[in-house]
Amino acid sequence: MTAPAIEVRDLSKRFRVFREKPTSVKQRVLTSRARADEFWALRDVAFDVAAGSTFGLIGHNGSGKTTLLKCIAGILRPTSGRVLQRGRLAALLELGAGFHPELTGRENVYLNASFLGLSRKETDTAYDAIVDFAEIEDFMDNQVKFYSSGMLVRLGFAVAVHVDPEVLLVDEVLAVGDEAFQAKCIGRVRDFQREGRTIVLVTHALDTVREICDRAAMLHHGDLHALGHPDDVVREMRYVLLGVTDPGFVPEHGTREAEIAEVQLIRADGRGEGPVNLGEPLTIAIDVRMNEPVDDLDVDFAVLDGATNHPVLEARTSRAGTDLGRFEKKRVRFKIPVFPYAAGKYWVTIGLSDHRTGHLYHVQTQRYMFEVHEYPQVQERVEVPVEVEVEDL
Amino acid sequence: MTATSTTVERTSESPHFRARERFRDVYAHREILANLIRKELKVKYAASVLGAVWSILNPLVYLAVFTFVAKVLGAGIPDFPVYLLSGLLAWNLFSSSLTTGTSSVLDNANLVKKVAFPREILPLSVVGVALVDFVLQSVVLFIFILATYGFRWPELALWPLAFVTLVALTVALSLWLAAVNVRYRDVGHLLNIGLVVWFWATPIVYAEYQVQSLAQGGTGAFLGIDRFLLYLLNPLTDVVAGFHRALYGVVTPEGTTTPVLFDQSLAWLAGILAITLVVSLVALRFTWAYFFARSGDFAEEL
Repeated sequence: MTAPAIEVRDLSKRFRVFREKPTSVKQRVLTSRARADEFWALRDVAFDVAAGSTFGLIGHNGSGKTTLLKCIAGILRPTSGRVLQRGRLAALLELGAGFHPELTGRENVYLNASFLGLSRKETDTAYDAIVDFAEIEDFMDNQVKFYSSGMLVRLGFAVAVHVDPEVLLVDEVLAVGDEAFQAKCIGRVRDFQREGRTIVLVTHALDTVREICDRAAMLHHGDLHALGHPDDVVREMRYVLLGVTDPGFVPEHGTREAEIAEVQLIRADGRGEGPVNLGEPLTIAIDVRMNEPVDDLDVDFAVLDGATNHPVLEARTSRAGTDLGRFEKKRVRFKIPVFPYAAGKYWVTIGLSDHRTGHLYHVQTQRYMFEVHEYPQVQERVEVPVEVEVEDL
Repeated sequence: MTATSTTVERTSESPHFRARERFRDVYAHREILANLIRKELKVKYAASVLGAVWSILNPLVYLAVFTFVAKVLGAGIPDFPVYLLSGLLAWNLFSSSLTTGTSSVLDNANLVKKVAFPREILPLSVVGVALVDFVLQSVVLFIFILATYGFRWPELALWPLAFVTLVALTVALSLWLAAVNVRYRDVGHLLNIGLVVWFWATPIVYAEYQVQSLAQGGTGAFLGIDRFLLYLLNPLTDVVAGFHRALYGVVTPEGTTTPVLFDQSLAWLAGILAITLVVSLVALRFTWAYFFARSGDFAEEL
């Protein structure tokens, strides 16, 4: 087995936050050091990144992802701990680093490429591919101050994806451009993977992590909160983002007096799988089994936007005035006449509880997922009345 | 893909400064240095029709103007334009490098925060840009001297020595100022005042011999140091004297009625320059080490 490409050992980084940073001798003399607040951006973070693997790094804003990346890249010096890094490294922390508006696209490509570790000769070789990738061959001899911001981003990215390192650190830069361009970028990352390069990816796009990473880590307020398989780490991330403070992700919990037997997401044409078209109806059918007789059972669901993890739609039987009573098995259908939210992935959380005490019988957190596809349609309705129907089984 | 065995360890300790290692690191990133210099030059002359010709025009105008003005201003110094310019070009390299070099890390805060590369490259690129100007303008001066007076070789041998000393001194100070300026932004203001004093402490617009005769004619020593020696402690005086001797010494050979240059032998001046060079190189070793030690925190302090 080859040595890991990156070894992070008990890495901590403390920033001093000056209320007013003393930047002159006078201020330095007059200001006591006590006025600096301390802030730990990273605390005892430790993990390995295996050579040739793709490692995803997630966490909410300010959790220390970028600081960690900068410590690995050697831009920041750790406060304690150490980083061992093997092989030629390129860090993409910003697109188009060093771009100057007065220079032409061509000149900026060479300047930027040298910052990413490409020699002039290597840039010569990659130049045509870079221009092809950016799709702006007609403008390469124009000064970039005349470029649109989209063109600038594409050019910056085109240079970035033609770097030739053994270890590549990518900070959030994949999230640029239109969908077609994004697909191209993901394709490029897959090429990198095939070529056996080590990639560390910082991103907010949790689905990207699940799709392309071999392992993932989640940072939470500077601590390494989760480390392992991307699916588990992403689930943990969603869990934390929902504001639940329990440590550790519990996909299912509850005392099980009542149980979720089966859940179906039924599309407009009766299918249980496949995409949901924008504006089409969606039915969430939940089969509930009662193991012990309980009163005041409440069945609820929440739909969460996969990109932001914000709940976008919620409903519960008690609020609709439906009393389920005691039963052995029942099917609850939440009928959403139109699903008007934007294209993307959505997670569904299902819960059974006592609507008087709030006691949880059974909760499945983000167990179900569906994807909304967009097709041309005039969007008129925003109000979404949800119908509830209960039948004996 | 080629397998490399490069293993880097990053800890809280700032790595030990080894001059050769640092030099190799900067050399490995020479593309960035070259590109930054190229960028500065292109930006400087972007959207200008004449481009680099402006750089050359500058000394030409000096030569032309001072040929006439010298009759009034440069009293006592024959061939004043050549005397002035041979010292002034060196001064311009020095002062513009220091002024721009001081803010070079601050001005590139975005790069420093986002890209890992040897930070030395930032002040070095500033010196590089000034060097390009210096060389262009020196060529003009050379041609002027050659066309008007012709050269004498033994004196000219001082030019490379003076040049290397000037560059070593300029790089040493630029590195130091750039590093200090990240923490104390006063440096820029202080430098502007300092450069005014420094300019007049250096024989650029007045004759060297004037100082020598004043110093040696006066009474005794200052703080136990010979007053002429004190004047020579200014490293730039030695550098400028070297350039004077190499270029102006040719034009107006010694032994004319009013001496202009220091009344010393060529060997004496070469010795003084050699000492200055050694001192500059030692200074460079320490300022570079200081810059390197501080550079680990640049990204954080900007």
